[in-house]
Amino acid sequence: MANPLRNEVLQLYRNLLYLGREYPKGADYFRERLKSAFMKNKDVTDPSQIKKLVDRGEFVIKELEALYFLRKYRAMKKRYYEYEQ
Amino acid sequence: MSRVLVGVKRVIDYAVKIRVKPDNSGVVTDGVKHSMNPFCEIAVEEAVKLKEKKLIKEVVAVSCGPTQATETIRTALAMGCDRGIHVEVTGKDYESMGPLQVSKILAALAKREEASLVIVGKQAIDDDCNQTGQMTAALLDWPQGTFASEVTLEGDKVKVVREIDGGLETIKINMPAVLTADLRLNTPRYATLPNIMKAKKKKIANMKPAELGVDMVSRGPGGGSEGDILRGLLAVEQSSRQHGGLISSSRTHLHPAIVATDFHDSSSLKGYSETLSFTELIQPTGG
Repeated sequence: MANPLRNEVLQLYRNLLYLGREYPKGADYFRERLKSAFMKNKDVTDPSQIKKLVDRGEFVIKELEALYFLRKYRAMKKRYYEYEQ
Repeated sequence: MSRVLVGVKRVIDYAVKIRVKPDNSGVVTDGVKHSMNPFCEIAVEEAVKLKEKKLIKEVVAVSCGPTQATETIRTALAMGCDRGIHVEVTGKDYESMGPLQVSKILAALAKREEASLVIVGKQAIDDDCNQTGQMTAALLDWPQGTFASEVTLEGDKVKVVREIDGGLETIKINMPAVLTADLRLNTPRYATLPNIMKAKKKKIANMKPAELGVDMVSRGPGGGSEGDILRGLLAVEQSSRQHGGLISSSRTHLHPAIVATDFHDSSSLKGYSETLSFTELIQPTGG
């Protein structure tokens, strides 16, 4: 029985997995946690519930992107602009 | 409506610990993670933003280097550039390629593509040259807006707020122009997986410097005889911070006036407070 949201969930997983490659604590650390987070909700069937979980995943993506940007920005600032402090 | 040329450089990722080759001829690049120079990301973002505001028609990403440079162009395409140009430079030419050669290529392409803006990062995090934008402007005889922290298009002019020592400077220059992006210009977007997939459909043209009539030889002041080629002489590891040591007593590092004082009796310090400021008291005045 194929859930219509199946593709959406898989795509979310792929996107998160891709983002996790740059995770500060390592890709393996991130992948483990990502997998267990998805497996924890594997029995959820209610579409509105799944939608909610996918939205949460999208939120995590935004947070990760912000984290990576800030990390890079701070590194650049430290290397090239430190004398301003 | 016009076209923007963005120069992007593939450099060793900012988070990688740089290692120097054992023979001190350069840094280890094999098997090391590379990515787009952070300042180039800012340049790309600015160009893409201009396009999203419908102020320009097309954004073209250019990179000079070996085959792997196309990966960097792909990232630029994933961030929103329309097409790429890969100028293939390999082997000896790549090793000796500096800002002058790159700016010659950029200048030739800017003319060929009839670009009205060339945007590059202010500097690359590998050689820290901070020259490419300036030299491109000089070769094209175009105005330049360097260290941009704000860019506004106003008809055929562009207003640039520049980061200068101790503040900001606002200039208005005619287009076509060359801009170089500083750190605070914008916040570059992340090249997400779906966008990288979509970017695979975008076209990357491949060309050689010779097709653009660019001479890649890097000459020293003598004009280019074999022994006169500009090259790096020595690369050395940055000296690491010296280890801190334990001191037996902090008292020995204090001003003699304090050492002579019984800390529990603050009244005995009073006599010194008229002649010594507090900072003098806590810092040894050396000598």
